[in-house]
Amino acid sequence: MRLSQLQVGEKGIVKEFTDLEMSVKLMEMGCLPGEEIRVDRIAPLGDPIAINVSGYQLSLRKREASTIILQ
Amino acid sequence: MKADIRVALVGNPNTGKSTLFNVLTGLNQKIGNFPGVTVDKKVGYSKLPDGSTAEIVDLPGTYSLYPKSQDESIVFSVLADRANKLSPDLVIVILDASNLKRNLLLYSQVADLKIPVIIALNMMDLAKKSGIIIDIDQFSKSLGVPVVPISARKQEGIDQLKTAVSYANKIALQEDSIDVRSIAPQLIESISKELNIDNPYFALQLAHQHETLKFLSAAQSDRIEELEKEHSFHSQKAQGSETIARYSFINELLYDTVKVPATAHDETLSNKLDKILTHKVFGFIIFFAVLLFMFQAIFSWAAYPMELIADAFVWIQNTLNHILPAGPLVSLLVDGVIAGLSGVMVFIPQIAILFAFISILEDTGYMSRVTFMMDKLMRKVGLNGKSVVPLIGGFACAVPSIMSTRTIENWKDRMITIMVTPLVTCSARLPVYTLLIALVVPNKNVWWLFNLQGLALTGMYVFSLISAVVVAWVFKFILKSRERGYFIMELPVYRMPRWSNVAFSMYDRSKSFVLQAGKVIIAVSIVLWVMASYGPGDRFEKIETKYKQPQYTQNISTDQVSKDIASEKLENSYAGVLGHVIEPAIRPLGFDWKIGIALITSFAAREVFVGTMATIYSVNGDADNIQSVQEKMHQAKNTQTGQPVFTLAVAFSLMMFYAFAMQCASTVAVVYRETKSWRWPAIQFAYMTVLAYVASFVAYNLLN
Repeated sequence: MRLSQLQVGEKGIVKEFTDLEMSVKLMEMGCLPGEEIRVDRIAPLGDPIAINVSGYQLSLRKREASTIILQ
Repeated sequence: MKADIRVALVGNPNTGKSTLFNVLTGLNQKIGNFPGVTVDKKVGYSKLPDGSTAEIVDLPGTYSLYPKSQDESIVFSVLADRANKLSPDLVIVILDASNLKRNLLLYSQVADLKIPVIIALNMMDLAKKSGIIIDIDQFSKSLGVPVVPISARKQEGIDQLKTAVSYANKIALQEDSIDVRSIAPQLIESISKELNIDNPYFALQLAHQHETLKFLSAAQSDRIEELEKEHSFHSQKAQGSETIARYSFINELLYDTVKVPATAHDETLSNKLDKILTHKVFGFIIFFAVLLFMFQAIFSWAAYPMELIADAFVWIQNTLNHILPAGPLVSLLVDGVIAGLSGVMVFIPQIAILFAFISILEDTGYMSRVTFMMDKLMRKVGLNGKSVVPLIGGFACAVPSIMSTRTIENWKDRMITIMVTPLVTCSARLPVYTLLIALVVPNKNVWWLFNLQGLALTGMYVFSLISAVVVAWVFKFILKSRERGYFIMELPVYRMPRWSNVAFSMYDRSKSFVLQAGKVIIAVSIVLWVMASYGPGDRFEKIETKYKQPQYTQNISTDQVSKDIASEKLENSYAGVLGHVIEPAIRPLGFDWKIGIALITSFAAREVFVGTMATIYSVNGDADNIQSVQEKMHQAKNTQTGQPVFTLAVAFSLMMFYAFAMQCASTVAVVYRETKSWRWPAIQFAYMTVLAYVASFVAYNLLN
């Protein structure tokens, strides 16, 4: 299961990343393995999405979200 | 001013760092550039309780010491390079208490550089409201640094923070966060030895960043590169394992010191607002309504103060003409400098209102929602959600907006944003548009509340956005991408705007507009006055002699004769000659040689147009009857046909020219600085000039 497959309101726990470069940036922003993520909303045009991670809101594109694999 | 201690402010974006800076320094601050780069440097002074003075340096907001942009790389250079002129004695790391986990990443990196640190725990009120309990004593003890809870917005805890600064240790006493050496043991060892460095984290950061750091010599950088190869160092992997190690340190720390209730992340007010503000339909309607309201406000709220300023200048000109003896110097002052200045000063109210709106939109967090909503749309035309901020900022001024494109990590997205930002209607075009619209569009209300002039102005703004988007789309196919883009951005919680910040931004921006534009305008006005008052060879004497002949002195009133002399002199002056030279080229656009002069001078800066018009018509007019520029232009008649010069077609043709032409020396300069090559500003100048000519030509021929 990838983060990009979650619907609004659904939660998941980060397992690993498929892209090294992206993972460094995502981890810096608090998206770490073991961290719980909830999809808060999807932008009006379907992309990007807004997620809640370690207590704040982060927006990222669907393509970027698809590099995050959930448990 | 001499300071006893230098303090750097470091923190994540949206943590209230600028507010704290403003509270600490008051108006006692100055904005400049960091040497060598165009990042804003804010330095101010603060009086401490023990009577000493602290110099406060506000560093750009960043999430970590690994830079993703030029702004962010400044932070590491200033903190780590002891030889840097701004190298601090003490760092205040400002943390958002309601979002400690992510904020602590930057703290732990800064702490490992072993500079004395104080933590300012901001937004304590917000944290309390969401039920977060922080054991501050334990927190401080675990980290080994002083922790001062503050609320920068409510100005709480500021005195305690200042006291902590005055009692700060001269040496770093913080606990180690992670075992830095274990990330790359041999490499850190070798770099430390070769470059004589005693801090392992500094050595590790050099390994990551040596290519971009200016304080390293080429030989040092090459040597680090060799060492990296020798120890097969992988920068991204090392960054990844460092980040994971830091977060596990942070989690442990927070487990012991902070209690976050399970309900803390439930439906917040911010979430409810987002449901409406980023709604499929309402989101865009609200965004459009906000823009419309902004431009209506710029037009209507500014009207009264603008009239006052214009009247004041007319009064000054009249008074000076009466009390000073007539002569070329007085004429230079009154018709050249003051006429030129008045044309610009009247726009201070509009610029102040515009910047107030932009700073409110950014401060409340709404701007990042706009970015969020627009990203997909912007990507379709080759831009990026983050391009929205420079584009909207472009409504104010292209220069800071082009500098703000540094937040766009992708090269192609950034280049396209830079190329189209100057198309957006900036505040310098506002004087030109308002003047021309007021000349040809009736001041009437339609559909109850919409002012016709306001609508015409809104139309120019919308038109500029559309043209920027279309041009961006074209560039998308021309430019080849070098890397892929990404869009990972924090959506900060909605806040009330800080009115003191808004007021400060209004004051600061208006001041720099007056100082920067004012300098150019005074210079241009003087040159223009000279060019308009003197002519080549003995043309002026010939005119004087001609009008002394009996057929003029006997049959025509002396008033009329002096007017005829003045206008014939202008036509034969250097400016007039130059205007006539380019007249054939601009005739198809509906412009005469007088407008031609204004076009030429406007290539220094657009707003010079108004000043130029004021100067040209003052030189031409008579000194006893000074009117506002608008009245003068309204009365301007074509000498051959007797028709008004500024018809609807001419006015709109002119506006089209100003909408597209790259008439701003500062923008050309900043594009050169940002792209580090003359190629980009040259391409930009060329394509914009061609578009300007074509659009003007079409507008004139359609409306005439």
